[in-house]
Amino acid sequence: MTEDSAADTGWFAGLEPDDLKAGATAIAEGTASEPADWPSRALEAGFASDEDEYYDRLHEATTAATRAAVERRERADDRQLVHAIRAMDDCHRTANELAERLAEWGGTIDPEAGTGVAYARELVTETDREVDHPRVRSLAERVVSLAEEAEELREYVERETPTVAPNLAALAGPVLGARLISLAGGLENLAKKPSGTVQVLGAEDALFAHLRGHAPSPKHGIIYTHDAVRGTHPENRGSAARALAGKLSIGARVDHYSGERKPELEAELTERIETIQSRTVDDDADETGGDADE
Amino acid sequence: MSDRELPAGVERREFDGTTRLATRGESVYGEPTEGEWRAWNPTRSKLGAMLDLEMDTGLEGGDEETVLYLGAASGTTVSHVADFAGPTYAVEFAARPVRDLLEAVDTRPRLFPLLKDARKPETYAHVVESDVDVIVQDVATRGQARVALENRRFLAEDGRLLLAVKARSEDVTRDPNDVFDDVREELAEGYELLETQRLDEYHTDHLGIVARPR
Ligand SMILES: C[S@@+](CC[C@H](N)C(=O)[O-])C[C@H]1O[C@@H](n2cnc3c(N)ncnc32)[C@H](O)[C@@H]1O
Repeated sequence: MTEDSAADTGWFAGLEPDDLKAGATAIAEGTASEPADWPSRALEAGFASDEDEYYDRLHEATTAATRAAVERRERADDRQLVHAIRAMDDCHRTANELAERLAEWGGTIDPEAGTGVAYARELVTETDREVDHPRVRSLAERVVSLAEEAEELREYVERETPTVAPNLAALAGPVLGARLISLAGGLENLAKKPSGTVQVLGAEDALFAHLRGHAPSPKHGIIYTHDAVRGTHPENRGSAARALAGKLSIGARVDHYSGERKPELEAELTERIETIQSRTVDDDADETGGDADE
Repeated sequence: MSDRELPAGVERREFDGTTRLATRGESVYGEPTEGEWRAWNPTRSKLGAMLDLEMDTGLEGGDEETVLYLGAASGTTVSHVADFAGPTYAVEFAARPVRDLLEAVDTRPRLFPLLKDARKPETYAHVVESDVDVIVQDVATRGQARVALENRRFLAEDGRLLLAVKARSEDVTRDPNDVFDDVREELAEGYELLETQRLDEYHTDHLGIVARPR
């Protein structure tokens, strides 16, 4: 076994002692079939002058390697988020469709039949109810569990978006943030889109109608659901949407390229939106996009 | 309670009127502290439970004791180990908990995090030194005996394996006792079992094992 391991080299082999990046790469990518007395070998090789120095370098290199690997993996988690938000929407839509069917069917046997998922919940929880049709009851259970699944998926999205894209999640809220990532096809794609595209993500139909020449250009896509846009007077929504999209793009870029948290982005957005919302509508009737948001 | 050979650096101390295991180090998971000591919660740590239940772990503590820890998660237990032992290698394969582990690592210069799969020792044998004094294993995944056998190559001849086996990780449907029997038998391929004890007081359906390489 000792003879064998002579063929193995430690993570530090051939490295400059202060080349942290190379050290981290060696930790992450190297292999050996058997361990060895690496601290002594490192001293023999002149990689460190004493054991303490060796362990200090090992600490630096393992920490750097692990941090980089964690960040790489977490970025890949945007794919998980995309699936989760799509599944959440599917569960919602399907629950609502089935709830409609259930209300129609229930109406034929239940004089007190209500509508929607709420009616399905009533059927499931109020067991004394005069509906002794096993298929109707069972259908109600499916509706309720689909609605519950949608809720759990939402919780998952709310938990995960802040780790995948902390700045975007803080600016847009976790659910809208995940929707934007999903519409763009991933965080990297979102980070690479110009903010004008982010502004109309989710309004593709309206955009194509505009390009074909029979509709006005859409002012906003899915970001319409954000308070910054919805809470702004219709006259000023174009500016609000542009300002919001600008900040969201920056947030997505920071998240993708550095992952560093920048709380000042939220403060800037709030300030910008307050300015826009305080404009009197008349002053601003001629809103043609002259104000630079980026 | 009299200290039955707790490792150096681990003590039973008073926290809010109750005597608890404790080590000296920066707080990691919101555990109570008293001065520089922080409580080691045996309900959140299998090794903590093994010590609290007075199993003879053979741990000595001190800067010279080297440890390979498999299944470090967010660092709850391994941070205590790094507090009382010497160079400590922490292997964990899930990225999410490791983010927290890195915080515990920041204030512990002899704790080395490795985002690696404990079933593939060759992916960290170029980093982890040979002849470690102790392997602590808490991977809670199928094939726990296999993981211990695969990592035996790191352990000194007179070293100790401190293993927590979770029955449900092997097979949720089987009687835990049968699972433990199988684990014991498989382990015997490479280890001599010195002591086994159920940890149920703190961890349901877990078995603590102290073993040495044969
Ligand atoms: C019960 S938790 C460990 C808790 C930790 N020992 C503590 O007390 O602080 C089990 C951990 O083992 C990890 N794990 C499972 N299989 C693993 C493997 N093959 N390699 C590395 N880690 C593994 C899991 O990701 C999980 O974080």
